[in-house]
Amino acid sequence: MKKIAMNGDQAIALSWKQIEPDVVASYPITPQTIIVETFSEYVADGLVNTEYICAESEHSAMSVCIGASASGARTATATASAGLAFMWEVLYVASGMRLPIVMVVANRALSGPINIHCDHSDAMGARDSGWIQLFGENVQEAYDNSIMSFRVAEHMDVRMPMMTCLDGFIVTHSLERFEPLPDDVVKSFVGPFKYRRSLLDFKNPITMGPFDWTDYYFEHKYQQVEAMKRVTPVVNSVAKEYSKISGRDYQIIEPYKLEDADYAVLAMGSTAGTLKEMVDELRAEGKKVGSIKLRLFRPFPHAELAKMIEGLKGVAIMDRAVSIGAEGPIFPEARSALYEAKERPRLTNYVYGLGGRDIRPEELKYVFNQLIHKEGDTVNYLGVRK
Amino acid sequence: MANEKASELPEGGMIIEAGSSRKYLTGDWRSKRPECDELKCTNCLICWIYCPDNSIIVKDGKRVAFRLTHCKGCGICANQCPAKAITMKDEVG
Ligand code: SF4
Ligand code: SF4
Repeated sequence: MKKIAMNGDQAIALSWKQIEPDVVASYPITPQTIIVETFSEYVADGLVNTEYICAESEHSAMSVCIGASASGARTATATASAGLAFMWEVLYVASGMRLPIVMVVANRALSGPINIHCDHSDAMGARDSGWIQLFGENVQEAYDNSIMSFRVAEHMDVRMPMMTCLDGFIVTHSLERFEPLPDDVVKSFVGPFKYRRSLLDFKNPITMGPFDWTDYYFEHKYQQVEAMKRVTPVVNSVAKEYSKISGRDYQIIEPYKLEDADYAVLAMGSTAGTLKEMVDELRAEGKKVGSIKLRLFRPFPHAELAKMIEGLKGVAIMDRAVSIGAEGPIFPEARSALYEAKERPRLTNYVYGLGGRDIRPEELKYVFNQLIHKEGDTVNYLGVRK
Repeated sequence: MANEKASELPEGGMIIEAGSSRKYLTGDWRSKRPECDELKCTNCLICWIYCPDNSIIVKDGKRVAFRLTHCKGCGICANQCPAKAITMKDEVG
């Protein structure tokens, strides 16, 4: 299909138009607003059959999604930052009830001080909530991830809610050329929504979300742990199928020029794109460097990452969020992944880009050079005026 | 303690059987038991309306007994009874 120009939010809205979820419930928040604004126009113009509910808050929006999904409807929503934080309580209800809701998160910093620009603090705050978390690099990937997410969340081996994340403003508001798929191709790829049990199935009455005592709660949490283990193979098989209709290949964690590299930098989201440019430039100078794009954060691909970086001399982990009192959130995962590795690379952490601070190419080059010269602390704060 | 394994339970704490609350003996929670003074009772059935656990047994329009398998001893019936016919007695043992 021919390429068109849209920003990330519009591309997501287009994917929803093609998928036509049964219910979309949301509350607008920058930088995701364009998604629900564009989609509500599709609804108003009669281009989709979706029941669109503009709730009075994000807590209510997610609660509506929970009700809709529990009654057997394909359900989607979008949020960011404070909106995601306001949903926090009910995020756990959605995952605990094993509802395959798909939510787009336009990554934005959390207040205060109040800030509307990109970092990953919002999604990182929800990392333990039992939601699958997938991150995209650019508009094309935001669109592709949006479509694939429905298949992953709704897969009968999974049945878990899924966040598909894109960088606020950098991807949500930047006009990029991308290649959408034809409507009918998307429709048949996603297929009709199937449910295991529905609250509206009066022939088979059920209770969802009852009080769970000390004698069962732990077992239900363990079910979530087990279900999360089944996610990675499903993400992989859905991506494989998707590559057949799109020609685009996605892996949960993607190496770039790593084969003969000694040093690598890992990032999630749009920075992973800038990194590839830097790798090309440094390669032209004869430096043996590569980069890694992390796409799947939950479940975290510990084994896959360890295999990818074992034997390298140095790896820097870029974190666009910080756990104050510890370090960036990806860093401890990477260190944990390497614990059993025979040849552990030197591992350093770079917290960067908080509150939408630009990450410039020279800064990424600086990180590569620090790796090469064995410089830098274990945890570094890149681009901050100390 | 329950003994079903995580792998044997419906996902997400779902209850897939209708009317299962019959099997859930909330009477286990009771520390006080309602007792009715038959001489004072006028059979107005206000207790039957108020009981949250459907534990006032009525036959032929008359209050006849408490369903102690499910009466959780909340005391609402004793509080509401206009004839003050119900008193809450400590459970012993
Ligand atoms: S409320 Fe009191 S008087 Fe009325 S039926 Fe119940 S026990 Fe009897
Ligand atoms: S004590 Fe409570 S549960 Fe028991 S019969 Fe009275 S109202 Fe019902």
